[in-house]
Amino acid sequence: MNDSAIDMRVAADATEQQATQSASNAQATASIPRGPGAVRTVILMARVTFHEAARRRILWIAALAGAAFLGLFWAGLHAMIRSMPPNVPPVNRQEGIGMMVMMVLYAGSMMTSLMAALTSCDTLSGEIASGTIHAIATKPVLRGCLVLGKWVGFVWMLALYVLFVEGGTIAIGWFESRHLPPHSVAVLGLILLQAILLLGVTMAASTQFSALTSGALTLGLYGLAFVGGWIEQFGALRHVKTCVDLGIVASLVMPSDALWRRAAFKIQPPILGAAGVSPFSSTMVPSVAMVTYAAIYALAALIFAQILFQRRDL
Amino acid sequence: MAALTIDAAGLRKYYGNRAAVRDLTLQVLAGEAFGFLGPNGAGKSTSIKMLLGLVKPTSGRALLLGQPVGDRAVRARIGFLPEHFRFYDWLSASELVSFHGRLCGLADDILRYRVPRLLERVGLSSQQSKPIRSFSKGMMQRVGLAQAIVNDPEVLFLDEPTSGLDPAGRKLVREVIREERDRGATVFLNSHLLGEVEQSCDRVAFIRHGEVVGMYEMGAWQTDYTEVELDVGGASSSALARLATIEGIAVLAQEARRLRLRVPDEDSLPDIVRCLVESGTRIYSVVPQRVSLEDLFLRTMGPDPGL
Repeated sequence: MNDSAIDMRVAADATEQQATQSASNAQATASIPRGPGAVRTVILMARVTFHEAARRRILWIAALAGAAFLGLFWAGLHAMIRSMPPNVPPVNRQEGIGMMVMMVLYAGSMMTSLMAALTSCDTLSGEIASGTIHAIATKPVLRGCLVLGKWVGFVWMLALYVLFVEGGTIAIGWFESRHLPPHSVAVLGLILLQAILLLGVTMAASTQFSALTSGALTLGLYGLAFVGGWIEQFGALRHVKTCVDLGIVASLVMPSDALWRRAAFKIQPPILGAAGVSPFSSTMVPSVAMVTYAAIYALAALIFAQILFQRRDL
Repeated sequence: MAALTIDAAGLRKYYGNRAAVRDLTLQVLAGEAFGFLGPNGAGKSTSIKMLLGLVKPTSGRALLLGQPVGDRAVRARIGFLPEHFRFYDWLSASELVSFHGRLCGLADDILRYRVPRLLERVGLSSQQSKPIRSFSKGMMQRVGLAQAIVNDPEVLFLDEPTSGLDPAGRKLVREVIREERDRGATVFLNSHLLGEVEQSCDRVAFIRHGEVVGMYEMGAWQTDYTEVELDVGGASSSALARLATIEGIAVLAQEARRLRLRVPDEDSLPDIVRCLVESGTRIYSVVPQRVSLEDLFLRTMGPDPGL
């Protein structure tokens, strides 16, 4: 046995005591077996999840793609504004710009949704399959807190992404034309909720299925909601109750598209509303109750993920 | 009798109709190094996972440090190096051990001092700031060992800790096991390298088809199985008959000058030599044949029990 090994185990050696009194106090209490506590576990896992995205360059690649997206929008918007004849009435000018901003916001919400599903589909299933979770789950932590921590880390990442891409879109629109869509903050919140919803579903799936299966399941549900939203809008336009009902059922199964349509309703220029059905706008406006349902759905998906992870063998 | 660190009775784990562990019943005493051996597919890893609370048993009961396995307070007192360990490879060695220390509830003040020392102990001092993804398998194993003992565990579970390690690394693991045991910790070691187990453990259990089929104090089986091989000249049948009158001696084989005997213990060797010499036999060598753990394992399991 060498000296360093002996030192390593001493409950509180002289160096540590001299270095800081708080260290020795903490050392004394460390002999009492205890875990890190629920809040600290969540913070630890959130930090490690966020840092993972940064260190694995997911965050930076996403930021780069987002910057390219914004750059393209900026260049396009700038060119469009410059090409407008001076005699265009200001109302029409604002509507044109508003429509373009809305289309870009829609594309941004799709990118955010994809990011929510693709970045999180591997987080639990991958760690279970690789055995990474074994050394973590045997620590004195609640499994539910591990899931919650990862969720918080992803939500933080998605919030930054929404702020960057969607907030950037709104900011560029304002900078170029002084056009500020109404209810911008609420719209950003709805788009973030859409991403959080998909995040919860992906994480719940990844407690049971492989990363690919989890991602495919979430994107499948996202597609279902998208098609359901169209059917509902067509139904509303043509007064076909069955189509409307089918759309509502699809929204209940996965309310992601309903959230976008609510956001679109908040910001859409009248010209888009008059244009009828399009993926960027909303003729059949989801209610506040549907938004509440989506929020509860997102929370339930998180709790479901925690329960599934708690119960499964690792 | 020392307190029990592990007390498992009738632990079973079924996946559908397939039995991973049929009936695990074993007791491990506080402060001992316990070897847990078996062929591939014997249910060792599933057994360890059940004892750690990672896998829920289908039936049976198990106590770890007197508490039900999986209890959070108990988990604060254990360390674990998984067999197929993977860690966040984008972290540095120092960050990873600190992360696991924090998960154990250790304060940053303590970790600031403890982590560099642990990494020094496992020979990774100069590598502590490098990302783990650049590490070899042996270096990963060393980091894994450091995270397993970051909380000074009362029970240390090591699942194949020497796989992928070079001789120096294996020596390090043996030293750490000895140090942990000297500190008072219980070490539960699963390894295919029986020589390592023989050098490190106080007791061993053999597991086959998810059941404990043998449990031995290290070296205690020598009493039952001590054999001796003699190189002799002119061993007559009367000499052998006279030899057989000594209690506990059996002639196992005689071939040319080679004579193999089973004897009660090595203390009986002078009597055997005297008996043979008095019978006119010339003795060129007497070599006690120690039964290694590997010999015992193969006798218990059969020559190729794993497949």
